[in-house]
Parts: sequence; structure tokens; C-alpha cells
Amino acid sequence: MTYIPQRPPVQYKGLSLVIARLATWLGGIVIPLLLQLAWPVFIAAIVVIVAFVWVVGRFINPLLPWIVRDFIVVVGLLAFACIVAIIGIWGERKVAGRIQSRLGPMRTGVWHGWAQSLADGLKFVQKEDLIPREADGPLFRLAPYIALVPAFCAYLALPFGVGWVFRDADVSLLFVLAMLAIEVLGVIMGGWASNSKWSLYGAMREGCQLVSYEIPMGLSLLAAVAATGSVSLVQLGEAQSGGWFSWLIFRNPFLFFAFFTYYVASLASCKRSPFDLPEGESELVAGFHTEYSGFRFVMFFFAEYVAMFAVSALATIIFLGGWHSPVGGPSTPLWFLIKSTFLVWVQMWIRWTLPRIRIDQVMHACVKYLLPFTLLLFLGSSLWQLIDNPTHPVFEGFAHLLHYGLGVIGLLLLGLYFAGMVYGYWNRNRLVGQMARKHLPGA
Amino acid sequence: MKEIELHSQPDLLHDGEVPSDIRTEEIMLNMGPQHPSTHGVLRVVLQTDGELVLKATPYIGYLHRCAEKIAEKVTYRQFTPYTDRLDYLSAMNNNLGYALAVEKLGGIEVPPRADYLRVIFAELNRIASHLVAIGSYGLDMGAYTPLVYSFREREWIMDLFEAACGARLTCSYITIGGIREDVPEGWVQQCREFLDYFESKIADYNNLLSYNHIFVNRTANVGICPADLAVAYGLTGPCLRGSGVAWDLRKATPYCRYNEFDFDIPVGQGANGTLGDCWDRYFVRVLEMVQSVRIIRQALDKLTEGPVQTKVPRIMKLPAGVVYYEVENPRGQLGFHLVSDGGTSPYRLKIRGPSFCNLSVLPVLAPNCLLADIAALIGSIDVVMGEVDR
Amino acid sequence: MTPLEIIELLKKHDADSVVVAVADGPYPHVVITAEKLVKVADFLKTEPRLRFDLLRCISAVDWPAKNSIELAYDLISTSLGHAFAFKVLLDRADPQVESVGGVWPAAQWHEREAFDLMGVTFLHHPDLRRILMPEDWPGHPLRKDYQDVAEYRGLKFKP
Repeated sequence: MTYIPQRPPVQYKGLSLVIARLATWLGGIVIPLLLQLAWPVFIAAIVVIVAFVWVVGRFINPLLPWIVRDFIVVVGLLAFACIVAIIGIWGERKVAGRIQSRLGPMRTGVWHGWAQSLADGLKFVQKEDLIPREADGPLFRLAPYIALVPAFCAYLALPFGVGWVFRDADVSLLFVLAMLAIEVLGVIMGGWASNSKWSLYGAMREGCQLVSYEIPMGLSLLAAVAATGSVSLVQLGEAQSGGWFSWLIFRNPFLFFAFFTYYVASLASCKRSPFDLPEGESELVAGFHTEYSGFRFVMFFFAEYVAMFAVSALATIIFLGGWHSPVGGPSTPLWFLIKSTFLVWVQMWIRWTLPRIRIDQVMHACVKYLLPFTLLLFLGSSLWQLIDNPTHPVFEGFAHLLHYGLGVIGLLLLGLYFAGMVYGYWNRNRLVGQMARKHLPGA
Repeated sequence: MKEIELHSQPDLLHDGEVPSDIRTEEIMLNMGPQHPSTHGVLRVVLQTDGELVLKATPYIGYLHRCAEKIAEKVTYRQFTPYTDRLDYLSAMNNNLGYALAVEKLGGIEVPPRADYLRVIFAELNRIASHLVAIGSYGLDMGAYTPLVYSFREREWIMDLFEAACGARLTCSYITIGGIREDVPEGWVQQCREFLDYFESKIADYNNLLSYNHIFVNRTANVGICPADLAVAYGLTGPCLRGSGVAWDLRKATPYCRYNEFDFDIPVGQGANGTLGDCWDRYFVRVLEMVQSVRIIRQALDKLTEGPVQTKVPRIMKLPAGVVYYEVENPRGQLGFHLVSDGGTSPYRLKIRGPSFCNLSVLPVLAPNCLLADIAALIGSIDVVMGEVDR
Repeated sequence: MTPLEIIELLKKHDADSVVVAVADGPYPHVVITAEKLVKVADFLKTEPRLRFDLLRCISAVDWPAKNSIELAYDLISTSLGHAFAFKVLLDRADPQVESVGGVWPAAQWHEREAFDLMGVTFLHHPDLRRILMPEDWPGHPLRKDYQDVAEYRGLKFKP
């Protein structure tokens, strides 16, 4: 007799019974019916949205204009963050494919699989909601939200340009850092509540790593704060309004290195390779989110990409001139997006090139090397401000020389990057090659 | 509840000592038969104290398919496809070992063209097998890209195999008496093109993986296996050579005209850490691929015309007797202890899988490693469960 | 050293242990008595002119016609390059022999396999349990008179 496991029958009670019945009615009757009538439903939806906007504009806006504006901006930010995650996931897969001499998604959506993330989202949404029997129910359910919501909240204080910010707080830098740090709680909760030793390992490694790397991250940013004297992101951005050479990264050599230490520490805080030990795929299956499936997993996944963009945005605003153009044109949020996207692309590039670092080496690198170095950078940047002023003309001249020298080095690095890009594209067949060969018989 | 004593002065003499009544527990962790980095259905039960591994016990047998019992029921020629599936990544080498064992007991001579072709296919399969080993080792360490690159090269070798025998992986091409059929026209030219293309790619792997600082940190000084321990535990192949022992059957007891070729035996030298660590074992595999290319080039030059098969009856009988024959597989020495009683099937065929012996050293090397090092260890031993479990 | 020289050396060391010596043919070997197994193994490993340090294989062969189980030990020397083999014949009703794990640690897993598939008990083995079959499997599958089980843990097998 073959062994067939018996599942206890599910019994809903009370509110969950109502919700289950509602879901069945919606999913089984209403939505298929609507899908049958696609075009009329689409037009009806547009009519409903326009009516809703008219009602809001006519009746609610005159009473509480601020609530309408806040609501719209928050919804817009949420939408932007979701789009960032969706494009980020698709971009990651294309980038990974190209680095690995293959193509990446090509089929979903006619052009280069752009709809792959949407298809994946649809797939995840309709998956069975599995919770391990011995898992800690409330914590297990809560963890993805605690991982995702603070990552969204970080966008509330991120300025995309002057006037393009939800709340221009005086301490917006601290707010963003604080929000990004809450994610640790979600990860540890998820790993603990899964009741699996492998998830626990992922969670514990994550806890160590994230908390430790917050310090070099914050210290590198503090070096920049010391240079401008403000913790407000808008003011930090506005301090770099004079073109390429006014960017904070070139102001003094300490800030130049601070950018790189911040970038490395932000890789660790986003759990990106080479610091992706908490979700180390080849050792821990999937680390702290092994037991998560369906939409809960999507939340962890989104949290990663949202946080990636957020830390890149932070680096852009503080070190790379934010929304200011390097060549002297108008300063638009478009420049901000271009620079942040470039930093996200570099994150992906690093992920698909480097192996993973072991947890004890991660901690050694942080405590023994990165932490003293960033302390030094902070100290150096603060002292630089003390003596880089007209009362020390010799030093001021030397500082100016260094400033423009660093700017030139930055230009050289950028030129090197573009030259490498052209060289790689020109020789792409020899360097990366193709999976398909055309010279074999039958091909 | 003990009363908490407050000291006004810090007790620096006893600062840092953990009170002995704090309870720490060891975790029994199951790296189950399904795991991304156990290279097949290997189960390792780990006893860990946090991240430190105290004890590792491998459990095998999840891929046991009774090959040795089946050998007693089928004829000699019918058993060749079963040898494909032992170490499924190096089917040609397994075929070669079995064919040589049967030929030795039966006194069957093989024509020279078949010998050279056997060497070419065995070495091509060695390259393919090492490509998988290197790629998947990079994957274990978190480098996703070298895997795809090595599989890209391996695709060409698979295409060469498919052109010759119709199968990519489980070829059954080297049979008793020679080779099943001759290579098609233009195959030799394709093979030479592949060799020219492949040599430049090895530098890619070295740049991307072998000399990568992070990879070296993960694998150097991990799982150090001294030479005497390696020999004592029966390690063979790159695991033994990585510990510094220059022992290769192709040089020591040459078979199949290997004594006519000029090649070196790469031996671990502790270049990036200690002699006998994971990096040495890995790098020996990279260097062996270079040597294989050399051998194939020489074999292609020496290829003579002629038949590729000595006729053997379909249901053949071997004279009663015993033979033990070993060949140098990519993973070590594959041995066949063949006992015949004069019948049409082997009386007893014991297969000595190299990974079976290589894996026995895991419980010795694992203690005092970190958890992440277990993946490095298993990947550097490079087990294929097909020949561990047979 | 040729197989004949190896056999001469062994006989000179302890002539009582060698029952049969075969120096020619595809498989030169000696058959030794089971009681002298560890001593002969130790001699083969430590004697400077022999130095058989790599135990390649332990094969168990079932001979119901001769009412014995034969264990074949295949050796090779990584320092001197020569190969040799020796066999031990055990009583089929109760096959027991000393473990050579003290001489060659490689023997441990081979002996576990011989125990699992052929039923040979190795005395003083540190961890003698089944290795390929499940822990509670009845019988020893590679024996010539092995009958397939009809049912294992609720799973039925058709013959």
C-alpha cells in the first residue's frame, strides 16, 4: 500500500470565513466574468477613475487640500517604487544573461521579455499560501511587511530634485538611514519564525552583517555631512550645484574614498553579492526566506530592489551631485534617475562577477578594515573643513589643487568606463562569445 | 534567581569570562539529499556549534541502482551502457575502463586507430568533466558566471560527442574490442578547431575565478589534506595530486598507448595557501585541462587509418579467471574487479568508484571548518554520486 | 618488483600465511589465511621494498559452490609503482575477519560495503553499519542466494 499523506481539512471560522467566501466569489465568479468582457471593463474602469478624481477634486480638495496632495504623492511614490522593483528585476535578469553570454528573458512581452516581471508577479499572486506547521504564525506573517514597508518609507524623504520631495525634513538623511535599518528586524523575524535551522542561519548571519555594516555606511555619509554642515538631503544636493567639479565626491580626498566605502557598505546592507551570505543560494537554499512562497516572497524580493535603488539614490544625492547636471544644463530629476540607475547597474555587475564572501571574513572586513578606515575618513573630512578656509592660504591653495585633481581623476575614470564599454562591445564575440555556434554540421 | 551583584569598580581581572552556567547548544544540521551544493544526492549530517562544524557524517546510497547485481545477469556487451551511468559526467572514461578490463581477461587486441580514438575521447571527456567541476565549484562559492561559461565550452564537446556517437552524455561509444563506429568526416577538423578555441578560454577562468581574491580567500587553507592522509584514505585523482603526490595512472601504469604521449602531471604546490587545500585540488583540475588539450593534439596527429573494432561475438564468453583493472578517470582511479567463471555474464563485477573513496575523507577534514567551508570541501572533492552509490 | 619477487619476499617473511600463490596471468595474487590478515597487511605496507600504501579496493565475491566468501584486497604503491593483490577465503556460514582499518583507513568504507552487500563481519571495525542500503534492510543483496524482499516499510514490490 503506498503511503499517501493525509492533510487535515481546512476550516475557516469567523472573519476568515467571510474573507474566504469573498475571495471565492471574486476569484471564481466576478473576475472571470470581467475577463470575458475585457474591453467594456477597461473603458468602464477609466470612467470610474475619472469620476472618482472629479468627485475628489470637487468635494474633498477644497476642504483638505493637503490630504489630497499627500495621498496622490504617496501613491505616486509607491507606484514609482514598484516600477523600480519590477524594472530592476527584469534588468537584473537581462544583465545577468548578457554577462553570462546568454540573452535573458526574451518571450514575455514581444520586446526582450519586458513583461517577465509582470508575469512572475501574476504567478506569485496565485500561489498557494504555505506556512510551515511549526512556524511562529504571527511573526511569520508579519516579517515580510516589516522588511518591505520601511524600504518604501525611505522614499518619503528622498528628494528627486528641488521641490520633488514628499517631505523636506531637516534631518532627512538620518530618516532615510533609519528606515533602511529597520529591514533587519523583518529579516531576523522571518528567519526565526520559519522554524527551520537553515533559515535561522540566514537570519543570524544577516543580523550580524547588516548591523555591522550600518556603521561604516553612516560614517562615510557623515564625512559628507561634515563637508557641507547639513543633514538635510536637499541642502546636501544643492551644495553641489556647480557642475562636475562641485560634486562632493571630489571636494577632498577623504570624501573620494568615502564614496567607495559607502558603496561597499551599502552592498552589504542590501545583502547583495559579494555579501549575499544571508540568502546564500548554494549553501542555505534561500537563507531566511526559504520557507516563504507566493506573495510573501515577493515582498522580500521587492524589498531588496527597493532598498537597492534607495541606497543608490542616497549615494547619488550625497556624492554624485544629485539632480544636477555635470555638463551645465538644467538640473532635472532625470539626471538623478540616470545616476541612480547607473549605480544600481554597477551593483548588478558586481553581483554577477564576484563570488561570495564567508561570514567571518565579512565581519573581519567590517570591523578590522572598513570601520577604522571610515573613522579616519570622517576625521579627515572634518579636519579638512577646519583648515580649508581663507585663514590658511597655503593649505587652501593645496586643497584647491587636490580638488581639481580629483575631478580630473574622476573624469579619467569615467572615460575609462566608456572606453571599456566600447572595447567590450567591439570585441563581444571574442570576449563573451555565444552559446550558439554556426559552424557545426547541421547548424 | 541569582541576585545580581553590582560592582562599583569594574572587575577587569575577570572581564570577558563567560559565566559557566550560560547554556549553549550544538545544532544537528541536516544537509539533506536535496541541497544545492552537495553535488547530487549526498546527505551530510553536521553537528555544529554556531558556524563551527564539529562533526560531519556522510550518508550515501540514495542513488544505489544495483549496477553490480545487474552485471551478474546481463552479458558483457550489454553492461557497457551501465558503465556510462556510473560517473555520468565522464562516460567515455568509464566505458574505457570496463572495456580494458574485459579485454585484458579475454586477451582481446584492439587496432591502433581505436586506441588513439579512445585516448582522444577519454581526454575530451576529461575536459568536459573538469569544466563541470570548475563551473559548479564557482557556483558553490557564489560566482554564478563561470558556470555558464564552462557549460558554453562543454556544449561544443557535447556536440563533438553527438556527431561521433549520437549521444551527448551517456555515450556507450568505447566498447569491448574498440570503438562502436568510426568518427564521421570532418570530425577531426572540428576537434582541432575546438582545441584552438578552448585554450584561450582557460585564461578566462583563471582571471575570473582561480586568481579572484575572494575565491582564494574562500578556498585556500580550507580542508587541508596532507599527502600521507590522502594516500591512507585511498584518495586518487586530483584530490591526491592536489596534496602534492605526483601519482597518475597514465604515467605510472600506462594503458591505451598513453606512454607514447608527452604530457605533464599537474601537482598541487600550495601556491595560494597550504599544500593540499581546496584551492590546490581545484587548480590541479584547471591545469589538467591544459594537459588534456596537449594529449588530444598529439593523438590527432598520430591518428592512423584502419579499422576501429576487433570483432567480438555479441554474446561473448570470457575464460574463467580474475582481473582488476584501473583507469585514470577525471575524479580518480576507476577500478573494475572482474571475476569470470567462463559464462556469458560476469560472475562478479566490483566497481571501485573513485568518488566513493574520495568521500571517505570528508569526516576527517570537516571538523573545525565553518559551515560555508563544507560546501567548499565537498565541491573540491568533486563527488559524483553515480559512482559513489553505483 | 615483479609479482614473483613480491611473493618470495612475503614467503620469506612468513611462509605459513601464504596458502596459494599465483605469479602469472592477468591477476597475480596470493591467498592468505584469515588469521594472519592484519600481520600480512602490515608487512605489505611497512616493508621498505614493498610499501603498498594505497589500498585500491576490497572486493567480496560469493562462491556458494566452494561454500566460501572471498575477499580480494587490491594494492598499489604510489612511491614504488608496483601493484599486488591478496585474497582471503572465509566460511560462508559465518564470514568473519579482522578489519584492516588500522593499516589502511581507506578500508573502512570498503569493509562497510562488504558487510552491507555480502554480510561479512569485520572485527574491531570502528563503525560497522550499512552504507548503501537503508539501515533496516533485511538480507545481503549481492549474495548468490539472495531473495528480493516482497515488502519494505509498506511498499510492495512485484516480482
